[in-house]
Amino acid sequence: MITKRIIPCLDVKDGRVVKGVNFDGLREVSSPVDLAEIYSESGADELVFYDITASSEGRKLFTEVLEKTAEKVFIPLTVGGGINTLDDFDRVLKCGADKVSVNSGAVADPDLIDKAAMKYGDQCVVLSADIKMEDGRYVVYRKGGRERTDLDAIEWLKEGERRGAGEIVVNSIDTDGVKNGFDLTLLKEVCNAVSIPVIASGGAGSIEDFITLFKEVPRVDAGLAASIFHFGEVKIEDLKKELKKEGISVRW
Amino acid sequence: MIAIADYGVGNIFSLKRSLEYLGVDSILTDDPKVFAQAEKLILPGVGAFPDAAKKLEEKGFTETIKEEAKKGKPILGICLGMQLLLDEGMEYGRTNGLGLIPGSAIDMKPRLERKGLKTPQMGWNGLIFPEEKERDSLFKNVDEGEFVYFVHSFWGDVKRESLIAYTDYGFDVTAAIRKDNVMGVQFHPEKSGKIGLKILENFAKEV
Repeated sequence: MITKRIIPCLDVKDGRVVKGVNFDGLREVSSPVDLAEIYSESGADELVFYDITASSEGRKLFTEVLEKTAEKVFIPLTVGGGINTLDDFDRVLKCGADKVSVNSGAVADPDLIDKAAMKYGDQCVVLSADIKMEDGRYVVYRKGGRERTDLDAIEWLKEGERRGAGEIVVNSIDTDGVKNGFDLTLLKEVCNAVSIPVIASGGAGSIEDFITLFKEVPRVDAGLAASIFHFGEVKIEDLKKELKKEGISVRW
Repeated sequence: MIAIADYGVGNIFSLKRSLEYLGVDSILTDDPKVFAQAEKLILPGVGAFPDAAKKLEEKGFTETIKEEAKKGKPILGICLGMQLLLDEGMEYGRTNGLGLIPGSAIDMKPRLERKGLKTPQMGWNGLIFPEEKERDSLFKNVDEGEFVYFVHSFWGDVKRESLIAYTDYGFDVTAAIRKDNVMGVQFHPEKSGKIGLKILENFAKEV
């Protein structure tokens, strides 16, 4: 049976991983290419590169990083950050991305989802949303969670699926950075609303949080996290070992 | 030399890169004449069956592939490329395939919905080999249960005799097929880590 995926996310700025990663305190790895290789070797099922540079110089470095990674890492690569037009899709796909994640760009121009799905196929378009609970309703934020929109999150994700998104990343602002577990209530609601794969993001602090995620919300397909992997708090090998022990199907 | 057909469908750079990584000579070409000169051929593909079949025809690949297959040249179809090897595809109505391996590409959704499973099958799933057969050379040194990466909504409904690997996604989903020199894989070997590279290497050296 198809396995639950574990996806580390690398924030890249000016060609480097934003926070260097310590492995057993031996050395700090800040090259995204090296880090991608290490994660791939340790059993990551996919990788997400998030481009947080703004300058065109930084974009060029990002493109180089992507190309070098794609030369030696042969698992699916998703790229997000600064994707606003079809040209942005084209730019990162040519450098080795397999999927492209849209967030604020899709909120500003929802047709981007349709156009990209038409041109590159549904499997290529990942709709990512930053979501916050407000007065009993889930609301979409944009610009990395800084700017509120009027969009109802559940409606927005359903619309994204209708427009041709092949996958959804649910990033809960309420649990992000708290390291107290994924936002199970939100994820359950999203999983009931859409029928495409759903990736949970925001809140993972321990192996236990992943076990709880996949047990409590069996329709979630993948768990994404950044800092707990980067700081060595959770090793992907250990995580998969424990998930397997709990009877959760993982790639081994 | 392995030639990869570039007929305007999907992202084929990673396929080229994985062959480079393996040190296998390869060429990406949109010219059927150049394509036909290689010793082995790869037909990639992502997207919808009718659109891909049309582009294949327009670029002049359809006849070339059929001719080279008849000559006994090893051909590997990947993902939609595997489905195109079949007699027909049933996506948005019926479209002729290359007819190199008997079978149809049909929608998995009705079967999956009944079991509460999502379409597409997206992610890593384990390979199972038909017990009645010897391991195909494409899977030399690949163990049963090894995981490969799938992304597809249609599946290749083929005769058991053409099946060389399948996977369990609510039912026995075709993972790889073969008839003599023509073979196809539903998963993406170029995205399936070390195991995927092994399978591509087998195509380059063992078949």
